[in-house]
Amino acid sequence: MNRNLSERKYVVIAIFVIVAVIFIVRLLILQLFDDSYILSAENNVLRKVTIYPNRGRIYDRNGELLVYDEAAYDLLVIPRQVKELDTVEFCHILNIPDSVFKMKMKKAKKYSRYKPSIFLEQISKQEFGYLEEKLYKFPGFYVQTRSLRKYNRPIAAHTLGYIGEVNKKEMKADSYYHQGDYIGKSGIEKFFEKELRGKKGVRVVLVDVHNRQQGSYKNGKYDTLSVPGKDHYLSIDADLQAYAERLMQNKIGSIVAIDPETGGILAFVTSPTYDPNLLVGRIRGKNFGMLMHDSLKPLLNRAIMGTYSPGSTFKPVQALIGLQENVLKKSTSYVCYGPATTPIRCTHNHESPLQLQHAIEQSCNPYFWNVYKSIINNPKYRSVEEAYIEWRSYVMSFGFGTKFKTDIPFEVSGNVPTAEYFNKIYGKGHWNALTIRSLAIGQGEILVTPLQLANESVIIANKGYYYPPHIVEAIGSPDNIIKEFRVKKETKVKPDKFDVVREAMLEVFEGEHGTARWAKLEGVKICGKTGTVQNPHGKDHSIFVAFAPMENPKIAMSVIVENSGYGSTWAAPIASLMIEQYLNDTITRNRLEKRILDGNLISRH
Amino acid sequence: MRGQKHILQNIDWITVILYLIIVLVGWVSIYAAVYNEEHSSILDMTQNYGKQLMWIGTSIVLALVILMIDAKFFSTFSYLIYFLTIMLLIGVLLFGKEIAGSKSWFQVGSFSLQPAELAKFATALALAKYLSGIDKDFSRFKTKIVAAFIIVFPALLILLQHDTGSALVYTSFILVLYREGLSGNLLVLGLIVAILFVVTLLINKFIVIGTIAAIFILVYFLNKTIKKRVFLLIGAFILTSMYVLSVDYVFENVLEQHQKKRINVLLGIETDIRGAGYNVHQSKIAIGSGGFSGKGFLKGTQTKFDFVPEQSTDFIFCTIGEEWGFVGSFILIVLFLALLIRLIFLAERQRSKFSRIYGYGVASVLFFHFTINLGMTIGLFPVIGIPLPYISYGGSSLWGFTILLFIFIKQDSERLELL
Repeated sequence: MNRNLSERKYVVIAIFVIVAVIFIVRLLILQLFDDSYILSAENNVLRKVTIYPNRGRIYDRNGELLVYDEAAYDLLVIPRQVKELDTVEFCHILNIPDSVFKMKMKKAKKYSRYKPSIFLEQISKQEFGYLEEKLYKFPGFYVQTRSLRKYNRPIAAHTLGYIGEVNKKEMKADSYYHQGDYIGKSGIEKFFEKELRGKKGVRVVLVDVHNRQQGSYKNGKYDTLSVPGKDHYLSIDADLQAYAERLMQNKIGSIVAIDPETGGILAFVTSPTYDPNLLVGRIRGKNFGMLMHDSLKPLLNRAIMGTYSPGSTFKPVQALIGLQENVLKKSTSYVCYGPATTPIRCTHNHESPLQLQHAIEQSCNPYFWNVYKSIINNPKYRSVEEAYIEWRSYVMSFGFGTKFKTDIPFEVSGNVPTAEYFNKIYGKGHWNALTIRSLAIGQGEILVTPLQLANESVIIANKGYYYPPHIVEAIGSPDNIIKEFRVKKETKVKPDKFDVVREAMLEVFEGEHGTARWAKLEGVKICGKTGTVQNPHGKDHSIFVAFAPMENPKIAMSVIVENSGYGSTWAAPIASLMIEQYLNDTITRNRLEKRILDGNLISRH
Repeated sequence: MRGQKHILQNIDWITVILYLIIVLVGWVSIYAAVYNEEHSSILDMTQNYGKQLMWIGTSIVLALVILMIDAKFFSTFSYLIYFLTIMLLIGVLLFGKEIAGSKSWFQVGSFSLQPAELAKFATALALAKYLSGIDKDFSRFKTKIVAAFIIVFPALLILLQHDTGSALVYTSFILVLYREGLSGNLLVLGLIVAILFVVTLLINKFIVIGTIAAIFILVYFLNKTIKKRVFLLIGAFILTSMYVLSVDYVFENVLEQHQKKRINVLLGIETDIRGAGYNVHQSKIAIGSGGFSGKGFLKGTQTKFDFVPEQSTDFIFCTIGEEWGFVGSFILIVLFLALLIRLIFLAERQRSKFSRIYGYGVASVLFFHFTINLGMTIGLFPVIGIPLPYISYGGSSLWGFTILLFIFIKQDSERLELL
């Protein structure tokens, strides 16, 4: 019996060995055949900390700082580490209601209980100072430094654009972006996003179980430095821009002023506008909604997205085409019967017959019907259609009907109707100059943007060429100009044809019957052309194009004031004041200025 | 009688050296587990490794004292020691300090003592003493009952302290009883009970019963002799079915919430790597990420940055697995296996029945701790908080295991005199 029992030691030893073998096999599986644990261990301890670079600053043409980064703070939360906290105090510090706290907490928990997520973004410097002192009371909450755009002056909101958090589509399009990153959403911020954003850096750090940083990983071997964004230098003149916005207050419309020598935009106004600081930080969402639902559409950039009939401001172009086509001479005269004229009546009271110069000065409609008729019916061409196609290509060479495709996002091309369009409407061969007569005086199907209209005055100022209008002049340093924007575009009209038109446009201010003689500026030769555009939705739009001085022009522009009546009443004096401000840097006509500034032309429906 | 000078010649140096190596491995692991740059002195008494160094020192003193005491002392005073330990276990229930839900500690100054750790060797002594009695025939029912009582009584007291893990250790004495004549069927039965428990939790219990019925029918038709005992077969089937049906009840009503969760996590019924499964999940990551040769001494990120809770006590094996990899883990398992087999070898060479039984007791207790602790860290057993002998941090456990082992080494060194 005893001997038998002592045999049992083998059973006991066998049990020991079996257990040991099971453990060894298990360890083989864990340590040698399954790599996932190595990954899990790294996920546990390695954190990639993003180092956000400063976004490039934006300066105006005189080196005045317009936009820069100011430190802001994102409050992060790691839900698992959050202990019991005084919600009332916490909400009080952050100035948020209790419901928001609960909602944000729920959202963070849903994302991950272990990973940090943004609890509250873009806390201002002041709020942060207060929060920092109390942060020790709230374990699980951390602060990450970010930067907010800061605008020194509340101007040029549409031109500068704004930045916001990337959406899913943007993240998909460019892997550079991650959840919570900012991206330019409009204006310069959008167009030059790649240059402005710089390059994010990464610091790989080790963290312990409480997510406390424990130093860098492998002495920073995998770290990368951040590269700050490049500074941008605009052609915008901040003082002129600010003045233009003041002139447009309580009016709907736009001003586009361009430096004819470079194509650089000096002032780019759409009205009503908004303070760019409204779309920064936490208040962005609320304000964006408010602006979005405003019946006057302050978010709409009328200067590039609004399309208007050019009306009489188109007459100089018509004249130039006629001159180039040799169907019009300086001395060509036509009879005008005033309101009784057919097929287009005249709205002005002037002598008759009259020559080209006076026709422009006094904006005679029948004269330009005759000019247009002679272009379209030119025997040089085999058909009306052929002549029309030629006419259209002239118009297009002035920049109408196309986009400039420089650095202005969302610009629209307007419309210069094609021959095919008329063929479709009236049937091929069933239309003639009379059918499309509205085009003679810039009405009808033709639609232009204020930017294109300003470019028209640039062309007349330059006698036949322009540089594509643009906003950013140089990137990195003021000398590093963008060459693509300095490519000269010629029109189809030769320089010698411009003199008579320019003389006539000078007479608009200087002449006895000039339509803008009330807005004349002593000592400066301004050339301009009024336009009063019929508008099926209400009162006429007041339009004006101008450049000055006549020799070596420094500024060319378009002004549109919607639903305000005659071009001479509002648009012309605004252009004149703009020119005075830009060329003389001071305003002498205080009564005129006061009338414009006090003018409230907005009737809210 | 031989003189004191012979003690060191007669003791089994293989066991002693294995003991010393394992204790050293333990200390190094504790050092790595709690290491940080601020406290790098190994004698820093505010850190676990500093304290453990003191526990190791005192343990060696204890071992030497035991080696100097007459071997007959322990067999003579077995019952007294057992009695005193029982008193301590009752005492701790009355005056003890509650730590982490278990009322199993006496607080003395800044150090605390856990009587349950000492109760193991006392029980082993009492069991050995009782079964080695000349008139004790293990085939007699009364002997079995008394032996069971000696084992179960301290286990119940420990259970009352809410220290389920330490109480479960006493099931390891079944190996001792087996060696002394307990039917081997009981071991098999125990295994079947355990397997049925797990299977029932995993699968629908009626499918389990159906399968058992099928097996019984199969046995009935294949085995000619059993046909005559059809009632026995039916009785066994009814008993098994009742057991299966009661598993749910036991699981739901007897086990505590955290115990249920741990079992569910182990069986994969629940995955809760944030809560109940967190320890084991992180422990597996630590060990798994060690790879073949480990991350190197003090380079374990899981342990260094505190991802594994209890890493210097119950989850100490993580540190070894992470920093020394498969190689280190393998060596540690081999060391333990060598110690256990050596103990069985020593036990079998005893002329005294008392010494043999006690030796088996030592091996069984160590084996149980080793199995449950390692099994827990590598995700093979539910989380049961018992230490890895000689490795885990803790004075009471190191003292307890040292005393347990060295009483046997002393017995062994005088095996020729003891009958």
